[in-house]
Amino acid sequence: MSDAVYKGGNAPRAAAARRDIGIKKRYAAEQRFRMYGVAAIAVGLFFLAALLWSVVSNGYTAFWQTSINLDVTFAESVIDPNGERATDPNKLLTANYPKLATEALVAKLGVDPENRKLVREVGGLISNGVRTQLRDMVVSDPAIIGTTRNVWVLASGDVDSAVKGQVNLEVDESRRKVSDQQLTWIRTMEADGVLEQRFNTGLFTRGASSRPETAGMGVAIVGSLYMMMIVLLLALPIGVAASIYLEEFAPQNKLTDLIEVNINNLAAVPSIVFGLLGLAVFINFMHLPRSASLVGGLVLTLMTLPTIIIATRAALRAVPPSIRAAALGLGASRTQTVFHHVLPLAAPGILTGTIIGLAQALGETAPLLLIGMVAFVADYPTTPLDPATALPVQIYMWANEAERAFVERTSGAIMVLLLFLAVMNITAIILRRRVERRW
Amino acid sequence: MSWGLLLTIIVFIGVVGYVLGNARAKNQIATATEKPHSRAHYHGWWVFLLAVLPALFFMAAWSAGSYAYVDRAVSEQLPAQTEDSAIASRSLALGMVHNLAEGLRRIEGDPAFAQVPQSFEELRPILAERGVALASDTQDYMIPIALDLNAMQDNAAMIGTVLAILIALGGAYLGLRSVRPRSRARNNVERVITWGLLAASTIAILTTVGIVFSMLFETIHFFRSVSLSNFFLGTVWDPRFAAAGAEAQEGQFGLIPLLAGTVYIAFVAMLFAVPVGLMAAIYMAEYASKRVRSVVKPLLEVLAGIPTIVYGFFAMVTVGPFLRDISAAIAGGPGFIQAQSVLTAGLVMGIMLIPFVSSLSDDIITAVPRAMRDGSLGLGATRSETIKRVILPAALPGIVGALLLTASRAIGETMIVVLAAGVAANLTLNPFEAMTTITVKIVNQLTGDLEFTSPQTLVAFALGMTLFVLTLGMNVFALYIVRKYREQYE
Repeated sequence: MSDAVYKGGNAPRAAAARRDIGIKKRYAAEQRFRMYGVAAIAVGLFFLAALLWSVVSNGYTAFWQTSINLDVTFAESVIDPNGERATDPNKLLTANYPKLATEALVAKLGVDPENRKLVREVGGLISNGVRTQLRDMVVSDPAIIGTTRNVWVLASGDVDSAVKGQVNLEVDESRRKVSDQQLTWIRTMEADGVLEQRFNTGLFTRGASSRPETAGMGVAIVGSLYMMMIVLLLALPIGVAASIYLEEFAPQNKLTDLIEVNINNLAAVPSIVFGLLGLAVFINFMHLPRSASLVGGLVLTLMTLPTIIIATRAALRAVPPSIRAAALGLGASRTQTVFHHVLPLAAPGILTGTIIGLAQALGETAPLLLIGMVAFVADYPTTPLDPATALPVQIYMWANEAERAFVERTSGAIMVLLLFLAVMNITAIILRRRVERRW
Repeated sequence: MSWGLLLTIIVFIGVVGYVLGNARAKNQIATATEKPHSRAHYHGWWVFLLAVLPALFFMAAWSAGSYAYVDRAVSEQLPAQTEDSAIASRSLALGMVHNLAEGLRRIEGDPAFAQVPQSFEELRPILAERGVALASDTQDYMIPIALDLNAMQDNAAMIGTVLAILIALGGAYLGLRSVRPRSRARNNVERVITWGLLAASTIAILTTVGIVFSMLFETIHFFRSVSLSNFFLGTVWDPRFAAAGAEAQEGQFGLIPLLAGTVYIAFVAMLFAVPVGLMAAIYMAEYASKRVRSVVKPLLEVLAGIPTIVYGFFAMVTVGPFLRDISAAIAGGPGFIQAQSVLTAGLVMGIMLIPFVSSLSDDIITAVPRAMRDGSLGLGATRSETIKRVILPAALPGIVGALLLTASRAIGETMIVVLAAGVAANLTLNPFEAMTTITVKIVNQLTGDLEFTSPQTLVAFALGMTLFVLTLGMNVFALYIVRKYREQYE
């Protein structure tokens, strides 16, 4: 029998206050936690936007370059005063071409040709690159000597910065590179349509130069292309062969384990270490030339190999075993099974991995610095053994230049690099979506 | 004859061998009374392989062997003269002869130089015009030796070429003779293929061996001239680049300021990247709807695809000046944050690391079994309590592994610190000042003109070795932790 006594009358239990389990606090904590997550993502996206905005806002102007329209008279008295060009072809190469351009501009601005100081200031408006521009015109067609031609010549880098509004005009005249007199000329020429911003093809075609207005990344793009070709030619076959061996043929033994451990570790080795390897092995030991895109390509190959191998192995593993069983059952050998059936089915996955590996190689800078790709290369390399430079290395070199005009070029080059990378990655994504099969 | 032409000839012999072998096998199969073993093209391939492979191996062995032989023969001609001359070592003299020989190749066959000038003074401008710069203390007596070297090389190359072609022809002949209906051509070809695949996969081992040995040798070289304690215990970094030719002073190669800078910058980067990356991963794995996830995840991964040089430039042009100006506005005078500082480099490196942390942790969090989540939610825990008390503890070993991997990446990162951290080897705790890292110093010591014998350049390899050992240790440890964790659920 129980001693319990019913004391409460008929007061219902529901009337008692609910036990406080801190539900409000817990829900608040829940909300806060959720907000942290949103904030973290917002921070990440903010920095992505800031990065892209910084590059684009600094760089979009690099695609336009200020040029001046001149009627240049190729006066024989300046180019070849003594009439020696028939006997001495070097005469045409060493003539004083900037003087021609300066004279043309002096005439256009109506400046007194006797006033030395003013003439010098007029000369300062024109880029020194005019020397090669006019020289190439004359050398390719000596008949134009003595005639007058309408030519667009590049304005000097300082004028270009001033026209783009990148020079602080509040500063005292003595402390900026463009004088007030030059500014007035620029304004009048702009109003007359003599001076205008034109699309900067030189940025894509020229080589290295110490003057911002004539510096271009043509040589770097060609160097990068050579390297990408070498990486593709070496890393794809070697990577695919290695993956096939590891996935399809390798017995379970010490050697296989060793290979696997090595591949995984190589994927995490800092890229600069590969540069040291390239320097010690390819240049010091094998005596390959410094600065050559061949060496760069080899180093990048070793670096991308683990990426490609890992992607290829995943693609091979995704092919279901039933395909292999069917082929083997019909009497194909193991090699035939792999090469006739498994590999074609894995091809889209392999291709995707290869493109991603190539994109990684294209953006890599550090190892290339060590094998001498930091070089002033003005001429296009004709073979992979010639000195060349690479797009990211060119960016690095321009980033170290002090002039304002180079900041713009650097950002422009980064935009081009990012565009290449975006195209490659988007191709990889589309490929994956379109072609890859789901089993 | 050039290597390219020889290679073409050998491959051509191989192709002809393939065609003949294929035709011969087809003929035999058509008339055979017994059941043929392999299809005709396998016979063709076998002939091809027999023709090409031995010839290629021979070419490689011959060129390496003859190079060593010629070098020995040449250096035997040198000795008596180098003893008392100004040229320090025989290998240096050998290098000069090689350089000279290469230059002389460029004027070979030029009728103007049928008689090679015998004095260095005469030769130097001629070769300089053709793009070969000679060392200034090249001696006259080296010219005949260089000519001799060229002659020996030509001889060796000619003999090698003839032998290689003979070997290719012999291989093709043997292959053609072995074509029989019952011969196991397919098995032979497949065995060669398997060996080829194995060879390709050993390249990974070779690369590692190459990395370790190349750095080990140069590091040992370095420690011959600089003491271990100077490097590992020194607190001053002052390598003192000696002018070329001048008496090289012993500089100070203290690793500690560099190591401190490396670790400090990586620490700042992790301090920023870990909370952001981890929270982003948790939100995307546990809260985000499918649509948000499908937009945000690729966007964050864009950060991982941007080359590090771009981050470096961003740090240098935008973040550094921004921090400097802000500190100037706060202090009201010159700012207390320098444009190149630990904070700048660490912050930007942190941005770069966000996607690594988030995608690695995302994988690990989603790998925690559904049942654990459901159990916790069913007992009345809120989602954040489930995450904090159940999922994170379960995922912890994996996350620690992921963080270690990320940290090793931060330590090995080069371009951001080269552009944003500065070059002065300070030893400070102030994050607003510039510090430098191991990677920056490797780049500094190895760009520009270098001489490979001075400790000033060799130190880069010692630094590289330190970096390699450091990151390797972290990776191995991380993989060990990740692997151990994985076993818990499978």
